[in-house]
Amino acid sequence: MSRFLLVLLPLVALITLAADLPPADPFDTMMDVVTHKRCMNCHPSGNKPRQGEDSHLHYFNVQRGPDDHGVAAVQCGTCHQSKNNDYSGVPGAPHWGLAPLSMAWEGLSRAEIARVILDPEKNGGKNLEEIVKHMTEDELVLWAFEPGVDNEGIAREKPPVSEADFKAAVKAWAANGAPIPND
Amino acid sequence: MPTNFNLNGKPASTNADPDSPLLWVIRDEIGLKGTKFGCGKAACGACTLHVNGKAVRSCSYAVKFVEGKEVTTIEGLGTEDNLHPVQQAWKEEIVPQCGYCQPGFMMATAAMLKEIPNPTDEDIDSNIVNVCRCGTYYRMRKAIHRAAHLSK
Repeated sequence: MSRFLLVLLPLVALITLAADLPPADPFDTMMDVVTHKRCMNCHPSGNKPRQGEDSHLHYFNVQRGPDDHGVAAVQCGTCHQSKNNDYSGVPGAPHWGLAPLSMAWEGLSRAEIARVILDPEKNGGKNLEEIVKHMTEDELVLWAFEPGVDNEGIAREKPPVSEADFKAAVKAWAANGAPIPND
Repeated sequence: MPTNFNLNGKPASTNADPDSPLLWVIRDEIGLKGTKFGCGKAACGACTLHVNGKAVRSCSYAVKFVEGKEVTTIEGLGTEDNLHPVQQAWKEEIVPQCGYCQPGFMMATAAMLKEIPNPTDEDIDSNIVNVCRCGTYYRMRKAIHRAAHLSK
Protein backbone atom coordinates (compact mmCIF):
# COMPACT_ATOMS: atom_id res chain seq x y z
CA MET A 1 0.00 0.00 0.00
CA SER A 2 2.77 2.42 0.94
CA ARG A 3 4.56 1.67 -2.36
CA PHE A 4 1.38 2.48 -4.23
CA LEU A 5 1.09 5.80 -2.44
CA LEU A 6 4.73 6.60 -3.17
CA VAL A 7 4.01 6.32 -6.88
CA LEU A 8 0.59 7.92 -6.81
CA LEU A 9 1.33 11.01 -4.74
CA PRO A 10 3.95 12.51 -7.11
CA LEU A 11 1.61 11.90 -10.01
CA VAL A 12 -1.22 13.69 -8.26
CA ALA A 13 1.14 16.55 -7.46
CA LEU A 14 2.20 16.83 -11.10
CA ILE A 15 -1.34 16.80 -12.37
CA THR A 16 -2.33 19.45 -9.82
CA LEU A 17 0.65 21.58 -10.81
CA ALA A 18 -0.25 21.34 -14.49
CA ALA A 19 -3.84 22.29 -13.78
CA ASP A 20 -2.63 25.36 -11.90
CA LEU A 21 -0.53 26.64 -14.81
CA PRO A 22 -2.10 29.47 -16.77
CA PRO A 23 -3.08 28.49 -20.32
CA ALA A 24 -0.45 29.31 -22.91
CA ASP A 25 -0.93 32.66 -24.60
CA PRO A 26 -2.09 31.99 -28.18
CA PHE A 27 0.41 34.55 -29.47
CA ASP A 28 3.31 32.76 -27.81
CA THR A 29 2.13 29.37 -29.04
CA MET A 30 1.77 30.68 -32.58
CA MET A 31 5.17 32.35 -32.47
CA ASP A 32 6.86 29.21 -31.14
CA VAL A 33 6.04 27.77 -34.55
CA VAL A 34 6.55 30.85 -36.72
CA THR A 35 10.06 31.41 -35.34
CA HIS A 36 11.05 27.75 -35.75
CA LYS A 37 13.68 26.93 -38.37
CA ARG A 38 11.15 24.97 -40.45
CA CYS A 39 9.45 28.31 -41.12
CA MET A 40 12.32 30.77 -40.76
CA ASN A 41 14.64 29.04 -43.23
CA CYS A 42 12.46 30.21 -46.12
CA HIS A 43 11.63 33.65 -44.69
CA PRO A 44 15.16 35.07 -45.04
CA SER A 45 15.93 38.77 -45.00
CA GLY A 46 18.26 38.36 -47.96
CA ASN A 47 18.06 36.67 -51.32
CA LYS A 48 19.23 33.21 -50.29
CA PRO A 49 17.17 30.67 -48.39
CA ARG A 50 18.57 28.74 -45.47
CA GLN A 51 18.35 25.04 -44.79
CA GLY A 52 19.01 22.39 -42.22
CA GLU A 53 18.84 22.24 -38.46
CA ASP A 54 21.62 24.84 -38.22
CA SER A 55 19.94 27.14 -40.77
CA HIS A 56 23.01 27.40 -42.95
CA LEU A 57 22.73 29.21 -46.28
CA HIS A 58 21.20 26.87 -48.84
CA TYR A 59 23.91 24.92 -50.63
CA PHE A 60 24.53 25.26 -54.39
CA ASN A 61 24.27 29.05 -54.38
CA VAL A 62 20.48 28.78 -54.46
CA GLN A 63 18.94 32.22 -54.88
CA ARG A 64 15.57 33.89 -54.57
CA GLY A 65 15.22 34.80 -58.24
CA PRO A 66 12.70 37.20 -59.75
CA ASP A 67 9.57 35.43 -58.47
CA ASP A 68 10.85 33.93 -55.18
CA HIS A 69 11.12 30.50 -56.82
CA GLY A 70 14.75 30.48 -57.89
CA VAL A 71 16.60 31.38 -61.08
CA ALA A 72 16.17 29.99 -64.59
CA ALA A 73 18.10 26.74 -64.25
CA VAL A 74 17.98 26.42 -60.47
CA GLN A 75 14.35 26.82 -59.58
CA CYS A 76 13.00 25.54 -56.32
CA GLY A 77 11.13 22.96 -58.40
CA THR A 78 14.38 21.71 -59.91
CA CYS A 79 14.81 19.69 -56.71
CA HIS A 80 11.70 20.23 -54.55
CA GLN A 81 8.47 18.58 -55.64
CA SER A 82 5.00 18.74 -54.10
CA LYS A 83 5.74 15.95 -51.59
CA ASN A 84 8.70 15.03 -49.42
CA ASN A 85 11.03 12.60 -51.13
CA ASP A 86 12.15 10.25 -48.39
CA TYR A 87 14.56 8.41 -50.71
CA SER A 88 16.69 11.43 -51.58
CA GLY A 89 15.83 13.38 -48.44
CA VAL A 90 14.67 16.39 -50.44
CA PRO A 91 11.69 18.02 -48.74
CA GLY A 92 8.66 19.01 -50.77
CA ALA A 93 5.26 20.66 -50.60
CA PRO A 94 3.05 22.49 -53.08
CA HIS A 95 4.41 25.82 -54.36
CA TRP A 96 7.72 25.31 -52.56
CA GLY A 97 9.56 28.62 -52.57
CA LEU A 98 10.77 31.55 -50.56
CA ALA A 99 8.44 33.96 -48.84
CA PRO A 100 8.51 37.32 -50.61
CA LEU A 101 11.13 39.74 -49.35
CA SER A 102 8.32 41.84 -47.86
CA MET A 103 7.63 38.87 -45.61
CA ALA A 104 11.23 38.53 -44.41
CA TRP A 105 11.25 37.51 -40.75
CA GLU A 106 14.93 36.84 -40.22
CA GLY A 107 16.31 39.14 -37.54
CA LEU A 108 12.91 40.43 -36.39
CA SER A 109 11.42 40.13 -32.91
CA ARG A 110 8.19 38.19 -32.44
CA ALA A 111 6.19 41.42 -32.26
CA GLU A 112 7.86 42.73 -35.41
CA ILE A 113 7.07 39.49 -37.23
CA ALA A 114 3.45 39.76 -36.15
CA ARG A 115 3.23 43.31 -37.44
CA VAL A 116 4.62 42.15 -40.79
CA ILE A 117 2.10 39.29 -40.90
CA LEU A 118 -0.77 41.69 -40.28
CA ASP A 119 0.38 44.38 -42.73
CA PRO A 120 -1.55 44.02 -46.04
CA GLU A 121 1.18 46.05 -47.74
CA LYS A 122 3.62 43.26 -46.89
CA ASN A 123 1.52 40.12 -46.68
CA GLY A 124 0.11 40.17 -50.18
CA GLY A 125 -3.03 42.11 -49.33
CA LYS A 126 -4.47 39.59 -46.88
CA ASN A 127 -7.00 40.57 -44.26
CA LEU A 128 -7.11 38.81 -40.90
CA GLU A 129 -9.48 36.11 -42.09
CA GLU A 130 -7.22 35.36 -45.05
CA ILE A 131 -4.17 35.33 -42.81
CA VAL A 132 -5.80 32.72 -40.58
CA LYS A 133 -6.74 30.65 -43.62
CA HIS A 134 -3.19 30.85 -44.96
CA MET A 135 -1.61 29.91 -41.66
CA THR A 136 -3.96 27.06 -40.89
CA GLU A 137 -4.66 25.59 -44.33
CA ASP A 138 -1.79 26.31 -46.72
CA GLU A 139 0.01 23.06 -47.49
CA LEU A 140 3.43 24.66 -47.55
CA VAL A 141 2.88 26.25 -44.14
CA LEU A 142 1.64 22.96 -42.70
CA TRP A 143 4.60 21.09 -44.18
CA ALA A 144 6.45 22.27 -41.07
CA PHE A 145 4.60 19.61 -39.09
CA GLU A 146 5.48 16.81 -41.53
CA PRO A 147 8.98 17.79 -42.62
CA GLY A 148 10.17 14.32 -43.57
CA VAL A 149 13.71 13.05 -43.34
CA ASP A 150 17.04 14.45 -44.52
CA ASN A 151 19.43 12.75 -46.91
CA GLU A 152 20.79 10.64 -44.06
CA GLY A 153 17.29 9.40 -43.28
CA ILE A 154 17.19 11.44 -40.07
CA ALA A 155 13.84 13.02 -39.25
CA ARG A 156 13.83 16.80 -39.47
CA GLU A 157 13.00 18.60 -36.26
CA LYS A 158 9.36 19.64 -36.00
CA PRO A 159 8.15 22.85 -34.33
CA PRO A 160 7.68 22.51 -30.57
CA VAL A 161 3.88 22.80 -30.87
CA SER A 162 1.52 20.30 -32.46
CA GLU A 163 -0.28 21.17 -35.67
CA ALA A 164 -3.63 21.10 -33.85
CA ASP A 165 -2.42 23.40 -31.08
CA PHE A 166 -0.86 25.76 -33.64
CA LYS A 167 -4.08 26.04 -35.61
CA ALA A 168 -6.09 26.57 -32.42
CA ALA A 169 -3.64 29.25 -31.28
CA VAL A 170 -3.78 31.13 -34.59
CA LYS A 171 -7.57 31.11 -34.54
CA ALA A 172 -7.72 32.14 -30.88
CA TRP A 173 -5.24 34.96 -31.45
CA ALA A 174 -7.24 36.24 -34.39
CA ALA A 175 -10.53 35.88 -32.52
CA ASN A 176 -9.07 38.06 -29.75
CA GLY A 177 -8.35 40.79 -32.29
CA ALA A 178 -4.77 39.68 -33.11
CA PRO A 179 -3.15 41.53 -30.21
CA ILE A 180 0.60 42.09 -30.46
CA PRO A 181 2.45 42.31 -27.16
CA ASN A 182 5.05 45.02 -26.62
CA ASP A 183 8.59 44.15 -27.66
CA MET B 1 -1.66 1.90 -62.93
CA PRO B 2 0.77 3.11 -65.61
CA THR B 3 2.33 6.55 -65.71
CA ASN B 4 2.10 8.07 -69.16
CA PHE B 5 4.27 10.86 -70.48
CA ASN B 6 6.14 12.01 -73.56
CA LEU B 7 9.83 11.26 -73.75
CA ASN B 8 11.87 13.15 -76.30
CA GLY B 9 8.72 13.77 -78.31
CA LYS B 10 7.39 10.22 -78.25
CA PRO B 11 4.75 8.63 -75.98
CA ALA B 12 6.19 6.64 -73.10
CA SER B 13 4.62 4.63 -70.30
CA THR B 14 5.84 2.88 -67.19
CA ASN B 15 4.37 0.59 -64.58
CA ALA B 16 7.13 1.39 -62.14
CA ASP B 17 6.23 2.17 -58.54
CA PRO B 18 4.90 5.75 -58.63
CA ASP B 19 7.53 6.78 -56.09
CA SER B 20 10.42 5.42 -58.20
CA PRO B 21 12.86 8.10 -59.26
CA LEU B 22 12.30 9.19 -62.84
CA LEU B 23 16.01 8.58 -63.39
CA TRP B 24 15.56 4.86 -62.67
CA VAL B 25 12.80 4.60 -65.26
CA ILE B 26 14.72 6.55 -67.90
CA ARG B 27 17.95 4.62 -67.48
CA ASP B 28 17.03 1.13 -66.31
CA GLU B 29 13.59 0.58 -67.80
CA ILE B 30 13.66 2.63 -70.99
CA GLY B 31 17.41 2.26 -71.49
CA LEU B 32 18.48 5.83 -72.20
CA LYS B 33 21.83 6.00 -70.46
CA GLY B 34 22.79 9.60 -71.21
CA THR B 35 21.27 10.90 -67.99
CA LYS B 36 23.63 9.97 -65.16
CA PHE B 37 23.32 8.94 -61.55
CA GLY B 38 25.64 10.98 -59.38
CA CYS B 39 24.66 11.53 -55.78
CA GLY B 40 21.05 10.40 -55.48
CA LYS B 41 20.08 13.42 -53.42
CA ALA B 42 19.61 16.19 -55.97
CA ALA B 43 22.94 17.75 -55.09
CA CYS B 44 25.32 17.18 -58.01
CA GLY B 45 23.07 17.67 -61.03
CA ALA B 46 24.39 14.74 -63.10
CA CYS B 47 20.78 13.54 -63.48
CA THR B 48 19.43 16.86 -64.80
CA LEU B 49 16.84 16.58 -67.56
CA HIS B 50 13.88 18.71 -68.58
CA VAL B 51 10.27 18.28 -67.52
CA ASN B 52 8.04 20.62 -69.51
CA GLY B 53 11.16 22.52 -70.47
CA LYS B 54 12.38 23.12 -66.91
CA ALA B 55 15.54 21.64 -65.43
CA VAL B 56 14.77 18.87 -62.95
CA ARG B 57 17.03 16.62 -60.88
CA SER B 58 15.57 13.28 -61.91
CA CYS B 59 17.14 11.25 -59.09
CA SER B 60 14.82 13.06 -56.71
CA TYR B 61 11.77 13.29 -58.94
CA ALA B 62 9.16 10.61 -58.33
CA VAL B 63 7.94 9.25 -61.65
CA LYS B 64 4.31 9.85 -60.63
CA PHE B 65 4.87 13.58 -61.09
CA VAL B 66 5.65 13.17 -64.77
CA GLU B 67 2.15 12.03 -65.74
CA GLY B 68 1.05 13.87 -68.88
CA LYS B 69 4.24 15.89 -69.11
CA GLU B 70 7.01 16.29 -71.68
CA VAL B 71 10.39 14.90 -70.65
CA THR B 72 13.55 15.73 -72.57
CA THR B 73 16.85 13.99 -71.95
CA ILE B 74 20.23 14.68 -73.48
CA GLU B 75 19.31 12.18 -76.22
CA GLY B 76 16.40 14.39 -77.22
CA LEU B 77 18.09 17.76 -76.93
CA GLY B 78 19.32 17.68 -80.52
CA THR B 79 20.08 15.11 -83.20
CA GLU B 80 23.38 13.87 -84.61
CA ASP B 81 22.68 15.81 -87.78
CA ASN B 82 21.39 18.88 -85.99
CA LEU B 83 23.08 19.33 -82.66
CA HIS B 84 21.55 21.67 -80.13
CA PRO B 85 23.66 24.85 -79.86
CA VAL B 86 24.76 23.75 -76.40
CA GLN B 87 25.97 20.40 -77.73
CA GLN B 88 27.68 22.13 -80.64
CA ALA B 89 29.42 24.58 -78.34
CA TRP B 90 30.49 21.79 -75.98
CA LYS B 91 32.04 20.02 -78.94
CA GLU B 92 33.78 23.11 -80.29
CA GLU B 93 35.22 24.03 -76.91
CA ILE B 94 36.23 20.39 -76.23
CA VAL B 95 34.68 20.70 -72.79
CA PRO B 96 34.49 17.17 -71.37
CA GLN B 97 37.29 15.39 -69.62
CA CYS B 98 35.83 12.17 -68.24
CA GLY B 99 32.43 13.34 -69.49
CA TYR B 100 30.26 11.74 -66.84
CA CYS B 101 28.64 14.91 -65.54
CA GLN B 102 28.43 16.73 -68.85
CA PRO B 103 24.89 15.76 -69.95
CA GLY B 104 23.56 17.26 -66.74
CA PHE B 105 25.50 20.45 -67.33
CA MET B 106 24.29 20.67 -70.90
CA MET B 107 20.66 20.20 -69.88
CA ALA B 108 21.00 22.85 -67.18
CA THR B 109 22.62 25.21 -69.68
CA ALA B 110 19.88 24.64 -72.25
CA ALA B 111 17.26 25.43 -69.60
CA MET B 112 19.08 28.61 -68.65
CA LEU B 113 19.48 29.84 -72.24
CA LYS B 114 15.73 29.58 -72.81
CA GLU B 115 15.18 32.29 -70.25
CA ILE B 116 18.53 34.07 -70.33
CA PRO B 117 19.71 34.03 -73.95
CA ASN B 118 22.78 36.17 -73.26
CA PRO B 119 24.01 35.13 -69.85
CA THR B 120 26.70 37.07 -68.03
CA ASP B 121 29.34 35.31 -65.98
CA GLU B 122 27.22 36.14 -62.95
CA ASP B 123 24.18 34.50 -64.55
CA ILE B 124 26.27 31.41 -65.23
CA ASP B 125 27.48 31.31 -61.63
CA SER B 126 23.90 31.59 -60.37
CA ASN B 127 22.34 29.07 -62.73
CA ILE B 128 24.90 26.42 -63.47
CA VAL B 129 25.60 24.91 -60.07
CA ASN B 130 26.18 21.28 -61.03
CA VAL B 131 29.33 19.53 -59.88
CA CYS B 132 32.20 18.43 -62.14
CA ARG B 133 34.93 16.46 -60.43
CA CYS B 134 37.28 16.99 -63.37
CA GLY B 135 36.99 20.73 -62.93
CA THR B 136 35.95 21.61 -66.47
CA TYR B 137 34.20 24.75 -65.29
CA TYR B 138 36.48 27.12 -67.18
CA ARG B 139 35.81 25.40 -70.51
CA MET B 140 32.13 25.13 -69.73
CA ARG B 141 31.92 28.86 -69.16
CA LYS B 142 33.45 29.44 -72.59
CA ALA B 143 31.09 26.90 -74.11
CA ILE B 144 28.05 28.51 -72.53
CA HIS B 145 28.96 31.88 -74.01
CA ARG B 146 29.58 30.18 -77.35
CA ALA B 147 26.22 28.39 -77.15
CA ALA B 148 24.52 31.71 -76.53
CA HIS B 149 26.22 33.08 -79.65
CA LEU B 150 25.30 30.00 -81.70
CA SER B 151 21.68 30.29 -80.60
CA LYS B 152 21.26 33.73 -82.17
